[in-house]
Amino acid sequence: MNEIGLNHYLVVSCSLFFIGIYGFLTRRNLITMLMSVELILNSININFVAFNKFLFPHKLDGVFFVLFIITIAAAEAAVAIAIIINLYRNYHTIDVEEVTTMKY
Amino acid sequence: MNPSTIIFYILAAVIIGGGLFAVTSTKIFRSAVYLLFSLIGIAGLYFLLDYEFIAAVQIIVYVGGIVVLIIFSIFLTHGSGQDMKRPALGRAVFSGLAALLGLVLCVYIIHQQVFVKTTELAIDPSPANIGTQMLSTTEHGYVLPFELVSMLLLASMIGCIVIAIKIKSPDKIIVTNLANLKSNPTMEMESELNPSMQNSHE
Repeated sequence: MNEIGLNHYLVVSCSLFFIGIYGFLTRRNLITMLMSVELILNSININFVAFNKFLFPHKLDGVFFVLFIITIAAAEAAVAIAIIINLYRNYHTIDVEEVTTMKY
Repeated sequence: MNPSTIIFYILAAVIIGGGLFAVTSTKIFRSAVYLLFSLIGIAGLYFLLDYEFIAAVQIIVYVGGIVVLIIFSIFLTHGSGQDMKRPALGRAVFSGLAALLGLVLCVYIIHQQVFVKTTELAIDPSPANIGTQMLSTTEHGYVLPFELVSMLLLASMIGCIVIAIKIKSPDKIIVTNLANLKSNPTMEMESELNPSMQNSHE
């Protein structure tokens, strides 16, 4: 095998991104959907770090983007879990197809 | 095959395998644990790329924070050992096809693309360099997004508390206390001794 380069990292992050997409489309449970979103965000982070390492090693912009994405993902997870717990308290389910109060 | 190649393939297998099991497992707790492995594998990938600071942040925030939060919310909302419904066959097939087609297209584009590497001298991504540039107010500084993110964190923290807080109406507390008093006269004394018991009875 040849040396590990940028393409290998991009293929890994691409696979992880589409695994996350698959999970987001098939799951109907809010917590597992949130987990799929975390996978998608992480695949993007791998992309940023790999591009920064292999193409632009004289800059640190990829690092900053990764740090901000991690921060925003943490905030998003916290808010999502607060919403999930409130939803569970009112409906006793977190299945997105059973909570239809605002649908019709 | 040199060691870093082998390590890369092991980490890639952990990441992709963990991700696959995380989105297909029918037990939600196992799904969270597979997600944990996937995130640890990603941290290992950052270590392999010599970005130790990001790897540390990844472990602290994702593995130590978000996954623990997810597991807590699983315990709060699911009975233990409950299986989740499998997705409907049609939806699973079409989602799988969409994901597979997207993956093939992206991998094809990646292999077609020729990436041009810069010739400039590499900079060390040490915490000192990262901190200096992040907090500098010069042209390539990131102090404005840094401040914005701090505001976002404050807003989301307050938002979480507002969303998840349980407001008790004062009448309800009196009614439940009276009910407790009728059913069990010793309750009043106990709840005076231990205020937390009052919550557990409601």
